Amino acid sequence: MREKILTFIEKNSRIDIKELAIVLGVDEAAVFNELEAMEAEHIICGYPTLINWDKIGGEKVTALIEVRVTPQRGMGFDKVAERIYNYPEVNSVYLISGSFDLMVTLEGRTLREVSQFVSDKLSTLDYVLSTKTNFILKKYKDHGTIMAEPAKDERMLMTP
Amino acid sequence: MRNPLSKTIVTIEPSGIRKFFDVVSEMKDAISLGVGEPDFDTPWHIRDEGIFSLEKGRTFYTSNAGLKELKIEIAAYLKRHYGLEYDFNHEILVTVGGSEGIDIAMRAMLDPGDEVLIPQPSYVSYLPCAVLANGTPVVIELKEENEFRLTKEELEAAITPKTKLLVLPFPNNPTGAIMERLDLEAIAEVVREHDLFVLSDEIYAALTYQEEHVSIASLPGMRERTIVINGFSKSHAMTGWRLGYACGPQIILEQMLKIHQFAIMCAPTASQYAAVEALRSGDEDVEQMREEYNGRRRYLLHRFREMGLQCFEPYGAFYIFPCIKEFGMTSEEFATRFLNEEKVAVVPGTAFGECGEGFLRISYAYSLNSLKEALDRLERFIAKLRNDR
Repeated sequence: MREKILTFIEKNSRIDIKELAIVLGVDEAAVFNELEAMEAEHIICGYPTLINWDKIGGEKVTALIEVRVTPQRGMGFDKVAERIYNYPEVNSVYLISGSFDLMVTLEGRTLREVSQFVSDKLSTLDYVLSTKTNFILKKYKDHGTIMAEPAKDERMLMTP
Repeated sequence: MRNPLSKTIVTIEPSGIRKFFDVVSEMKDAISLGVGEPDFDTPWHIRDEGIFSLEKGRTFYTSNAGLKELKIEIAAYLKRHYGLEYDFNHEILVTVGGSEGIDIAMRAMLDPGDEVLIPQPSYVSYLPCAVLANGTPVVIELKEENEFRLTKEELEAAITPKTKLLVLPFPNNPTGAIMERLDLEAIAEVVREHDLFVLSDEIYAALTYQEEHVSIASLPGMRERTIVINGFSKSHAMTGWRLGYACGPQIILEQMLKIHQFAIMCAPTASQYAAVEALRSGDEDVEQMREEYNGRRRYLLHRFREMGLQCFEPYGAFYIFPCIKEFGMTSEEFATRFLNEEKVAVVPGTAFGECGEGFLRISYAYSLNSLKEALDRLERFIAKLRNDR
C-alpha cells in the first residue's frame, strides 16, 4: 500500500485523504495512518510545490555546481556535504560518481549573488579542491513535470 | 440518372446521436466525458520507435498479413497474458484497427440469410458490418440485473436454425461489463452444442480490473470456432495508429486475408514497427495506465453511491453505465438537459442500442480533476431534478 500511496502523491500531493482512499480502494483511516507513519519515518520528507518562477517575472537564477573535494578522514564525503548543505542558499546536494564528487544546486536572485556564494563560501572551504558553475538557462522539465503549457485535449468526439 | 446507391447501404441508419455530438463540439466550455479513447499519449518509447522507422526509410508496404516480427510478438503476448496459442504464420492477421477485423471476419464467414447474434448495448459497428456482409443481425438485449453479461438463457432464446455467428463484445463498450470464466463456459457450451462461431471482440482485454481477462478462445473446443479481435488502441493508447489484429483458425483467416489483401493491402508500416516495441517492452505502461483507470473507476463508483445513483460495478474497459430511470426522462433528454444546464457531455445509452434506454455512458478516459468537476455538476443536477419532482 505504501508504494501505491507514494506513487500517487508524488504526482499530486494535494489530493485529500478521503479521495486518495477511494481512488486506491482502501480504508481512509489506513491511508491516514500510513501517511503519518511515513512522515515520521522521513520517507515522505515534505510537500513542496513545483513552481515555474519564470512566469512570475522576478529574476531568479539556478546554478548546478560541480564540486571536487577531499574526503575527510573517518567521515568520507558526508562531513563535507553537511558543511555545504547547511547553507540555506543551497537547494540540493548529491554525491556523484564520475569526474567530480558533489553536485550542488543553488538558487539566487542574480548571477552575481550566486557567483559570490561560490567564490566567498564554497571555494574557500578547506577540503574543496575546485568548483565549476553551470547556470541554468531554461528549465524544460523538472521533477518529471514538463514546464511548457500542458497540451490541450485534442481528442475528437466521434461515433462511439 | 439512375440511382447511384446500393440498396443495402441506404438501409443502414447513420449514427443517431450525431446531432447531439455536434452540439457538444460547438459548446466551448463544456466538460466532455464522451470520448471513447485513452487520454494518455502513446508511451514515448513506442512513438520513438515509430519515428525511428520513418527515419530509416521503412516507408514501404509490409507483407499483407503484417510484419513477421510483429506477428511473432502478438503470438507471444497472447500466450503470456491469455494462454492463447496461435501460429504466427497462418493464424494471425494484422489489421487496420480492431474495426477492420470485425468487418472482414463477418464478410469471410457470412452468407445471405445467416443470422448474427449481437448483444446490446454494444459498440455501434457490429450491426452495420453484419448487414454489409449480407448477414441478418439479431439483437440480444442484455440486462442490468445480470450486470450486462450475456447469459446462457438469453443466448439460447435467440438461436434459430439460421444462426451462424455470435458477437461477444467483452469487456464491453459502453457498459464496462466483463464475462468471467464461468460465464464464458456456459456460453461456450451452447455455442458448441449449436455449432456456432464466435467473433470475440477483446479490444479492451488489457483493461480488466478484477482478475486477468479470459478469452473464450482459451476454453476447450472453442479455439477452432472463434475469431479473436484485439489491438493496440485501448491497451497501449494507440488509437490514431490504426492497428489491430485478428486471430483464429487458418481456414477462416485465409479468407479474411484475401479481403484484407484486396481492400487494404497491409496495415500502416510505421505503426507496425511501433507496435513491435509496444509488445516487447510495453507491459509496464499498460499496467500503469490500468492502475490509473482503476482509481478513477473506483472514484466514480463511490460518487454514484454517495449521490444515490443506481449503477452496477463495471470491471472492464473505461466506461461506467449509471441508470437514470428514476428521473422519468429518456437518456437523450437527460443528456441534452445535463449538457445545456451544467455543460457536461455524456453519451445517452441509446447510442448503443435501444436497450441502452435509461442509461448513460460515462467515459473515465479523463483526468481525475475533470471527473471530479463533472461529478460535482452531476450531483448538483440530479439534486435539482429530485427537488423538482
